[in-house]
Amino acid sequence: MSRATREAYRDCLLPLLNGHPDLICLDTDTGLFNAEYAVAAGEQYLNLGIAEHNLMGIAAGMAACGRVPFVNTMAAFATSRALEAVKIDIAYNRLPVRIMATHGGLAAGHLGPTHQALEDLAVFRVLPGMTVVVPADAAATEAFVEQSLDVPGPLYVRLGRKPSPPLPASPPPVIGKAQTLRQGGDVVLACCGPYPVLACLTAADVLAVHGIEATVLNLHTLRPFDAEALVAAARPATLVVTVEEHWCNGGLGGAVAEAVAEAAPTRVLRLGVPDRFVDVVGSQEHLVAHYELTAERVVRTVRTALDTAARSGTTDRKDTT
Amino acid sequence: MTAVQVPTLKSVAARIRSHVVDMCAGPEGGHLGGAFSCVEVLTALYFSVLNVDPRRPDDPARDRFLLSKGHAAVGLYATLAERGFFPVEELAGYGRPGSRLMGHPVRAVPGVELPTGSLGHGLALACGFALATRYEGRDSRSFVLLGDGELQEGSVWEAAIAAATLRLDRLVAVVDRNGLQLTGATERIAPMEPLADRWRGFGWAVREVDGHDASQVADHLAAAPWEPGRPSVLIARTVKGHGLPFLAGRASSHYVTLSKRNHARAMGALQATDTA
Repeated sequence: MSRATREAYRDCLLPLLNGHPDLICLDTDTGLFNAEYAVAAGEQYLNLGIAEHNLMGIAAGMAACGRVPFVNTMAAFATSRALEAVKIDIAYNRLPVRIMATHGGLAAGHLGPTHQALEDLAVFRVLPGMTVVVPADAAATEAFVEQSLDVPGPLYVRLGRKPSPPLPASPPPVIGKAQTLRQGGDVVLACCGPYPVLACLTAADVLAVHGIEATVLNLHTLRPFDAEALVAAARPATLVVTVEEHWCNGGLGGAVAEAVAEAAPTRVLRLGVPDRFVDVVGSQEHLVAHYELTAERVVRTVRTALDTAARSGTTDRKDTT
Repeated sequence: MTAVQVPTLKSVAARIRSHVVDMCAGPEGGHLGGAFSCVEVLTALYFSVLNVDPRRPDDPARDRFLLSKGHAAVGLYATLAERGFFPVEELAGYGRPGSRLMGHPVRAVPGVELPTGSLGHGLALACGFALATRYEGRDSRSFVLLGDGELQEGSVWEAAIAAATLRLDRLVAVVDRNGLQLTGATERIAPMEPLADRWRGFGWAVREVDGHDASQVADHLAAAPWEPGRPSVLIARTVKGHGLPFLAGRASSHYVTLSKRNHARAMGALQATDTA
């Protein structure tokens, strides 16, 4: 069943609050938590108003006194408006603040570039000590919120806005470990987030029909990055393609390119949102299709790259049709 | 702790000033002016008001203090050393390789709760302290010292709104109102008066004091909260570089590397004041 990852977070947090009196949920009037929720959470829920820098500062102060705050804002505001407090007050002090960032990637849809977050993964993954995760569906969101109890330092969780489809049956997602959704020796499809992961799974099916076997890695944790699993998959492959709802630079594609360049001489192609601000109107699905973060594009990209490689004799593969 | 007698507060303040002068004569220099303007506030806090124990800096029941105007680090280091958080001799290493005494306070220094330096962070952090303390059911207090130039940062007022809304009456802010920032008068660069009215408008209990009268500062801080349900702010009227005639009241005192000659001049001026 399709479900919004932000709602999955909200619903699984409540029992966690009840069971852990040191946890607290701090909100910036995001609208995710209604009056009933506030009553159910009691004094463990506080709406601090629309002030994201203040949110991060108060959370850091509380965390320094032993509390574990879950703070709520949109990914766009966590990343840019509140960044200095995130960097200095939270990351520098290695404090266990959980930054629950909704409207990640293109999830803000028609709300436009002021509300879209296409740089958050690049920004958060360079902060020392930060853990950065992108759940691909509601079940992964629940798993990561539960696992957050064992994350000693700060955590950034990129969430969506509207319902997105669940992944097919897959191994349980574990923070810090690449999730191998499919294994194949020819190419690696590395991805994170609901639509990119589903696109890669579909693309792998199509590629198999053409005789190309793909490994699909859900690299849901950008930091600490599971470079070992990535490199192990990339080393024997001809090509790595990354897919993400993020500007092409600095996000998952950047992390993959860095790791592969250092350890496995395999070509990396990055698919993401082009290097400009979004200038079209539409839903998340519309924007994902507009920027071709789709199975068709992944298939095309892989086949073109392998054809070119075959023609230039840089691979043993003779038949990629 | 037992309140320290007034003459002792004065002599402590004098020792802190002389440490700051020494540190500012080191290779890197330091933020002398803004450290000197808050010496009596720091003295009042650490030698009369704060419930802290240098032998147990992590005591969960302690009062917490943050120097939000982190550039006055030299003043804080001298105060912490005088109070016994670390040896006074360590001050000689300030700004030098191998020392933990950076130009802005860091957590590695005993007694420093959280690092500060980028302006506009301390009040929200102190709100977090006060809120967490309230959840714990403790009556300890959280103090934060802000610069007046720092009040130009919007995040200060975000936190001011939150503190009043949350009725954090165990939170006490002090504004070091020396009237000067790096390049000149705060009132010329971004006027803040009527400052007391601004804080009142944000829902705070406000008092004003001669910020160089440590005894009065201590009395006011000891009495907080002044109004039930409201956070307190003490506006300490001070002089940047107070105590050094050749620097006092001048924006140029903001960051100083004292030459050997000026170090001697400064020490002479402090001794003259001390014996006056």
